Amino acid sequence: MILDVVRAGWMNLRRDRAAMMLSFIVPIVFFSIFYAVFGLQRSTTPRVKLAIVDEDRSTNSKRLIDALRNESALNIVQTPKKSTTPFTAATAEEYVRTGNAPIALVIPKGFGAAPIRFDSSSGTAAPTVHLLSDSADPIAPQIVGGLLQRTIMTAMPDVMATGGIDAVDRWSGGLTPKQRETLNANIAAFRAYSAKPRAQTTTGQSLIKIENTDVVGKKKRNTAVALYAAGIAVMFLLFTSAGAGGALLEEIDSGTLDRILSTRLTLTKLLLGKLAYLWSLGVAQLIVMFVWAAVAFRLELLQHITGFAIMTAATALASAAFGLVLASIARTRAQLSALSNLIVLSISALGGSMWPRFLMPPALQKAGLALFNAWALEGFTNVFWREEPLTSIVLPVVILAAWGIAFFLLARKLTQRWDVA
Amino acid sequence: MTVPLAITDVVKTFDGRRALDGVSLDLHEGEILGLLGPNGAGKSTLVRTIMGRVRPDRGEVRIFDRVAPAGESSARERVGVVPQEIALYPLLSARENLIVFGRYQGLSGAALDEAVDRALEWSVLSDRTDDPVKTFSGGMKRRLNMAVGTLHRPRILLLDEPTVGVDPQSRERIYGMIESLRGEGVSLIYTTHYMEEAERLCDRVAIIDHGRLIATGTKNELVRATVGDKREMIMVEKVPTLESVFLHLTGRELRE
Repeated sequence: MILDVVRAGWMNLRRDRAAMMLSFIVPIVFFSIFYAVFGLQRSTTPRVKLAIVDEDRSTNSKRLIDALRNESALNIVQTPKKSTTPFTAATAEEYVRTGNAPIALVIPKGFGAAPIRFDSSSGTAAPTVHLLSDSADPIAPQIVGGLLQRTIMTAMPDVMATGGIDAVDRWSGGLTPKQRETLNANIAAFRAYSAKPRAQTTTGQSLIKIENTDVVGKKKRNTAVALYAAGIAVMFLLFTSAGAGGALLEEIDSGTLDRILSTRLTLTKLLLGKLAYLWSLGVAQLIVMFVWAAVAFRLELLQHITGFAIMTAATALASAAFGLVLASIARTRAQLSALSNLIVLSISALGGSMWPRFLMPPALQKAGLALFNAWALEGFTNVFWREEPLTSIVLPVVILAAWGIAFFLLARKLTQRWDVA
Repeated sequence: MTVPLAITDVVKTFDGRRALDGVSLDLHEGEILGLLGPNGAGKSTLVRTIMGRVRPDRGEVRIFDRVAPAGESSARERVGVVPQEIALYPLLSARENLIVFGRYQGLSGAALDEAVDRALEWSVLSDRTDDPVKTFSGGMKRRLNMAVGTLHRPRILLLDEPTVGVDPQSRERIYGMIESLRGEGVSLIYTTHYMEEAERLCDRVAIIDHGRLIATGTKNELVRATVGDKREMIMVEKVPTLESVFLHLTGRELRE
């Protein structure tokens, strides 16, 4: 008897495509997405784009830059996009603030003369190297900071040795002229030796003084909410639109659609009405979520109200039309539920709602831009995180509107089966 | 004289199967025409063709002498539909359902308010106007289903099995609603599987099978055409039906 129950369960499951999809397809898809995001990067360190400002323009600063350029984990840029003028501290900060790179390195004047000091009491402390970072990416400063320390040791050992000798000279009561002469000769030989490229890994303690400034999040009252509110809001908006679009399927089941379409309402008008309803629902949901974030988590909503309004309208349009497409593909509520879970979770993962897109391999980051929700996140991030001017959301808004129109036309095409038989 | 509804030589094929095979039919003013036939005979396809939801491969539907192509709602402004399903929004109240469908029918303002009040009274739902439809009994839902279909005062009404799953009291009320429509001169096509219903309500009956109209006429005409004038006299003691016993015991008052 127990086996009969088991058999009946499997027989039912075999005929329930929606349950089959939820049980087997969704986990497989997610397994693959997680592997693509995290598994494929295991063999290599993620490349960090590093903007470098060389205020020193000395031999040592150039040696440091050259050495950093050889680091496979870094992608060095020294000029802004479409410009040949090297970065200044101001342009590099703007470059980071607008999301072009997660971090910038400022090599200050005087760095070349004394890049390393073992002895801070000498009165001539080494100049501080500045990192200008976007705290949206908390990994980049750690990678760059570590690589800086390592590069100093491995690429400029003569500089480190000179610093060490100066400290010995001071604390040992002074080197004799003969000792100084011999050491200088050896340092020269060491410099020549260390100039030869070779693979080497060394770890060491902090040799240069690094100061990190969060140029994007420093003024924010709540950095986490400013950064992640959009991701969460857009994901839930997609779920809501998909679920609400399912009302169409209920209307088919109950015969209401036939009744409606026998009135003056045409299918196109009905779909436009549904689109408008889903849009207004999406707008209301985003308003509720962001107001809650502002009240409970101190999100700076009022300061960015115009950008928020524009992004909300555009995102809700694309999301509403997307919900109509899902509803018009599915034949039943159960199918819609399985389909929407699969698609919404997948595009949320790839579009950046579940984790920041910079964590993904570059190819996946580029592929993510094909998804409309990635553009919604891009626009909201520009408004709330990077606090860019409204012109920065023109492209996301245009793309979202285009997706909205395309989705609606696709939904109309797919719903032809509901039209006159 | 203009006939409210004229169907001429309508043919419709679905996946190689003829659902309607040359059906021609007239519906006269104030007439109730019973549409009878086994399951899959083509009744629903014919009703959906009249509604404009099925495009015939051949033939035409004329409403008040005007050709009514499929999908053209303007030609069907004077047609009402009462589907077999309870095609209502279950979370909305009776009044809200009437308002929504009234607007879809182009009603607004005072005309809509008047139509909604009239429909609620007609369907004996005036005391439940603001309750969600999902809390209604089967009979109440059926009556509201009918009220929605007649909200815009159609001159032709398509009724698809309006008494399925209701208790005898509600059925009696629905019969009363149908009679009142006939009294107003509305022409009805009444689809049913219950022969006694057809016999009681319908002026004429059309029997459809395998997509073909196989007989049309009054009950007497059909009897003459099939059984003939020959009568067999059977002396029976008149025994009340179970339904008459039930109604005698429980009365004809609606109770919801």
